[in-house]
This record gives sequence, structure tokens and C-alpha cells, in this order.
Amino acid sequence: MASRDSDPGTEAPVPSALKILVAGGFGAGKTTLVGAVSEIAPLSTEEVMTEASYGVDDLSGVEAKTTTTVALDFGRITISPSLVLYLFGTPGQERFWFMWEELSEGALGAIVIADTRRLETCFAAVDFFERRGVPFVVAVNCFEGAHEYEADEVREALSLSPEIPVALCDARRRESAKQVLLTLVNRVAERVTA
Amino acid sequence: MQAHNEFDPGDIPHGLPQRDAVGGYGEPDGGPDDAAGSEEAGPLVRPYVIAQGRDHADSVQLDMISVVIAAKRAEVDEMALEPEQLRILELCRRPQSVAEVSAHLDIPVAVVKVLLSDLLNRGLALARAPYTAKSPVSRDVLQAVLDGIQRL
Repeated sequence: MASRDSDPGTEAPVPSALKILVAGGFGAGKTTLVGAVSEIAPLSTEEVMTEASYGVDDLSGVEAKTTTTVALDFGRITISPSLVLYLFGTPGQERFWFMWEELSEGALGAIVIADTRRLETCFAAVDFFERRGVPFVVAVNCFEGAHEYEADEVREALSLSPEIPVALCDARRRESAKQVLLTLVNRVAERVTA
Repeated sequence: MQAHNEFDPGDIPHGLPQRDAVGGYGEPDGGPDDAAGSEEAGPLVRPYVIAQGRDHADSVQLDMISVVIAAKRAEVDEMALEPEQLRILELCRRPQSVAEVSAHLDIPVAVVKVLLSDLLNRGLALARAPYTAKSPVSRDVLQAVLDGIQRL
């Protein structure tokens, strides 16, 4: 474990933290899902992210990097006195994909929320986690009055490999959001065993 | 805050669009200026004033989810600290992540990191690095996470 206490002579154990990312398009229900399972009302913070020249052929050897301030919503689940789980909602706009690079560093896994009314808004997130090899599940948020699709239809539209779980959920309901989290952590556990 | 230009309420799809499985990330469609927005002037005190001009150079490596707790028996010389640092110590009587400190005190994450690393160097707070890709999570930890989520 790469945990590091800055002072070993302490009586109070400092918990270690894990994070799960919640991605999806704007209005897909990221913060709603975080709020449904978080023990605190979702908090908002701002982080300065570095935009690297990813996917661009760099012939000059000069790194083109700029920074952008992005707001993040997050929630917390205390697993035990020594372990805390944070859920980070990642900005939905496609142009912020570059910040997922930094956020996904060390993440346990990710939940991609699919809104079938605007399915294309989650394509970038699926692409990203696929390429980075971050374990993820797709949660289809079933809004009232939304077009109803079967999980398999969504799976097909997203061209997902068979082992990626697709779950229908109601992001407002804690039980439903819990099931999505459990599906993800089980998926991570499978990969650890394999 | 930002323009959500992919959102088009008038467009009601009658089928699911198809993702191109080999598709790219898509280029950012606006520059950083576009994303940051110009209407927000930010805090009146510039971050580097609070941080006394220090940059990340002398910072302890802290992550968004590094968990911090105030050292219990440390003697705090209040005069030697910034008011923000005293607020951080107050808040961190219970374990808090860097992100939580930032959100609760409304201080940008980068500034929190600088203020915190100073507190760590003075022995007034303790931090624990999060799990990383280099330290894969064990089955026991995953089981604890599953149990913890079940209990919600």
C-alpha cells in the first residue's frame, strides 16, 4: 500500500481514500446519483486542470499545455474508520475530456450515466475509459417520460464489449444508485481475481 | 456557468445514436478562455497572496483525495500561520480530503495544497496518500467497499 503517514508517531489513524468517477453528459444525473448515496450533501470544488496536447501529433517536441478551472461535484461514503470512498462527478462537456486524465489517475473505476434522450453525450466518456483501461459500468438513467430502451439496445448503440455491465437505474433512488455502485465494484473485483 | 452547447432540447431523437467505437475524444470545441468564463472575477485576494507567493515547488505531493487530519498534540503558534491555515486545522479535527477542505472553506484546491503542505511540514497536520494505480486495491479492501455500500 502506498499510503504514507507524514508522522508515524500519531495515535489517530488517518484514513485512506478511494475514488470512483461518475461521468456522463450535462443533465444526465451525475450529481443526482452522487447525492443519492453520499453521506454529505454533494460538495463543489474547483480544480485547475492541465490540458495536454493529447491525440495531436507533436512534431516540434514542444508541449502545448494550458490550464482550465473546472468545477467538480463530489460526495463521500465512509466505509470504515480507515477507508473513505469519494464519488466525483466529472464535467459533462466533451471539451473537458482532458481533465479526466488527471481525475482518473488512481480511480477505482467509473460509472458512465447514459441519458437515452441524448445518448451521444456519453460517447466521449465511454471512449475515454475504454482507452485508459479504467473499469467502468454504464448506468442508463431512466427518467420519467424518457424514451424507454432495453439495456441491450444501449449496449449495442454504445458498441460495448460484452463484459461491460449495463444497468438500468433511477439516479434519484438510493437503492438504485447503490446497485450501480455494487455492479461497478464487483466488476473491479472480477478483474483483480482474474 | 458554461455554455452547454451539446444540449439541444428541441432535438427529440426517435432512436439511439450510434457511437463509433473507434471514435476519438473529440477536440475541445473552445479554448481555455472559453471554458473558464470571463464573468467570474474570482476571489478578491489572489491565491498567491494567501499562499505567500509560494508555488507547488516546495509542496508535499497532495492529491484531491489525500486525507488530512490535524495533529492532536501539536502546539499551534497562531501568529506563525495564515488565518486560512487555522481554519483548515479547525476543520481537520475530523479527517477531511483536500477536496472537502477546498469546498468547505471555499479556497481553490491548488491553494489548499500549498497551505496544507506548510502545515504538514510544521508537523501540525498529517496526511495520507490515496490508493493509486501503483498500489492495486486488494480483495479485502474491495470486500470492505462492497460491505460499506451495502450498509447504506
